[in-house]
Amino acid sequence: MPGQNVKYDSRGYRAFRLLNAAILLGVIFVTLFPFLNVVAKSFSSEAAISAGEVNLIPKGFNVTTYKVVLSDPAFWTGYRNTVVYTTVATLIALVFTTAFAYVLSKRSLRGRNALIGFAVFTMFFNGGLIPNYILITNLGMKNTIWAVVLPNAINVFNLLVMKSFFEGLPHELEEAGELDGLGTYGILLRIVLPLSKAILATMFLFYAVANWNAWFGAFLYFDDKDLFPVTIYLRNMLAGVTTSDSLGGGTADQTQISSNLRSVTMVLTSLPILCVYPFVQKYFVTGVTLGSVKG
Amino acid sequence: MTEAVDVVSRPLGAPRASGRPAPSAVVDPGRRGRRGGRRSGGRRSSRRGDWQLYTLVVVPVIWFIVFRYAPMVGNVIAFRRFVPGGSMYGEEWVGLKYVEMFIADPTFWRVFRNTVVIGFSTLLVSFPAPIILALLLNEVRRIWFKKIVQTVSYLPHFLSMVIIAGIIMEVVAVDGPINALITALGGQAVNFIQTASAFVPIYVISDVWQTVGWGTILYLAALTAIDQTLYEAAQIDGANRWQQTWHITLPGIRPTIVTLLILNVGSFLAVGFEKILLIYNPLTYETGDVISTYLYRVGLQSSNFSYAAAIGLFESLIGLIMVMAANLASRKFAKTSLW
Repeated sequence: MPGQNVKYDSRGYRAFRLLNAAILLGVIFVTLFPFLNVVAKSFSSEAAISAGEVNLIPKGFNVTTYKVVLSDPAFWTGYRNTVVYTTVATLIALVFTTAFAYVLSKRSLRGRNALIGFAVFTMFFNGGLIPNYILITNLGMKNTIWAVVLPNAINVFNLLVMKSFFEGLPHELEEAGELDGLGTYGILLRIVLPLSKAILATMFLFYAVANWNAWFGAFLYFDDKDLFPVTIYLRNMLAGVTTSDSLGGGTADQTQISSNLRSVTMVLTSLPILCVYPFVQKYFVTGVTLGSVKG
Repeated sequence: MTEAVDVVSRPLGAPRASGRPAPSAVVDPGRRGRRGGRRSGGRRSSRRGDWQLYTLVVVPVIWFIVFRYAPMVGNVIAFRRFVPGGSMYGEEWVGLKYVEMFIADPTFWRVFRNTVVIGFSTLLVSFPAPIILALLLNEVRRIWFKKIVQTVSYLPHFLSMVIIAGIIMEVVAVDGPINALITALGGQAVNFIQTASAFVPIYVISDVWQTVGWGTILYLAALTAIDQTLYEAAQIDGANRWQQTWHITLPGIRPTIVTLLILNVGSFLAVGFEKILLIYNPLTYETGDVISTYLYRVGLQSSNFSYAAAIGLFESLIGLIMVMAANLASRKFAKTSLW
């Protein structure tokens, strides 16, 4: 590390380090404050919130709103849909990405560069909202799970990360498999994939988090509220529209939704991510850095 | 062309060469000959297994054609009259009618201006922020403290845009903490979310909050790759911390900075569509409405598909041109480029 030289532990540098620590503590505070504010609001009474009294500590503590949301069938439908979409989309994405990335990692494959260019070009140019919308409509995917599961199945960045991982695997093992009479599929399934658990886990996380958080596809392509993922349940609440009968008002009813209710829904929607977050973030970091080295 | 690249790239595949002696010891000479031939020529035996590899790409390639390339071609509806329920490529050619329409449309120019203002402000504030944070983190010697700052600052990146939008709305709400601070200081509470002049600051500040921590990852990785002996040499030469940062650290991460700058410039016009769609409202259209949200409203809420597609095509083309221009400029001036 730079600066371990005693000479540079000057008074000026020590002052800087103190200031630096203060700045970084400020960063922690500013980043966390909005979350803690929402959590505090979720446990507070509406009267205390509208009086502007709730910052970090709940006032007029109550959990009734939690009970209300948790007993709302529409909320649970949303949760169940999110779980289903995330599972299906992540599995499809993993299979597609792995198959393509493995092939792209074969340096001797004819047409490899053309295939890479074919995929990478889509990072810089895309069809745009309207042609995509018309496509999904014409494929008859509106109000089906395919509208949220297929259009984003392959993420080119993830593809490149996986490709560089495969390129780094020891080639001799695959050649040994070949000599033992394994075909391409056998090598992939019996040799490469067991060696790739780390990258498979990383990709699984990348895709699962992205799909869990997705809302726009569902917002565009779903009219049927039984199909809404939980993100749409929340979005409608933020827009002042309840799609739930038990929270008062029918579909598209413009109602004033309390800060307290919105906060509770936000906490409940982000809870699964917040629970896994401390465990998964290091995989994401590895994935991003891996992608940057060669991608 | 592929072959040429193969020959060049193969010597770089270091693991292959270094680990070679071990397996070859157990392989019979005939097999070894075959593998040797493959290494130098690279054609004969590799082609034998190729067809199986090609079968693996069939589905992904079809996916790309259907979900990525077909919509690109679908942009022809920007030049054709589209009838809902008809062909996705439209019914008849109308030439540049829709392009002329948006050029003559005052709303288009308003959203164009907003897009440039928001895109530029974001680039100005959000782009350098992670570089500064990474430099500050790099000076932290207590690893646990560094880890905590990083873990906390990554957090907003993992949440759905819907939750981010909800949090923004709660923080700037009339009864929210920012207004609590303003009233505590003797000011008047402001309904920020419905104030047009507050839109850009809200957008930009929340963008920094969302992205700054995550943005440091690549810079921190680049920082660890800097040769430590350079610092020792600089210390011997009497350089202070600031001079070391200026002459060693910053040049050391320049390739990363340039690469990310090119990518950022390229997505300049594609400003946070999802976030804006979630936090803007008719009262803030004046400053918050951008090209993508306008084309969403024109296209999907008013069903003017061809008109919206023309705007969208314009946006994508500008983006593509800007990436290429930024890449060219950086290759010329910074000697680093994406391709």
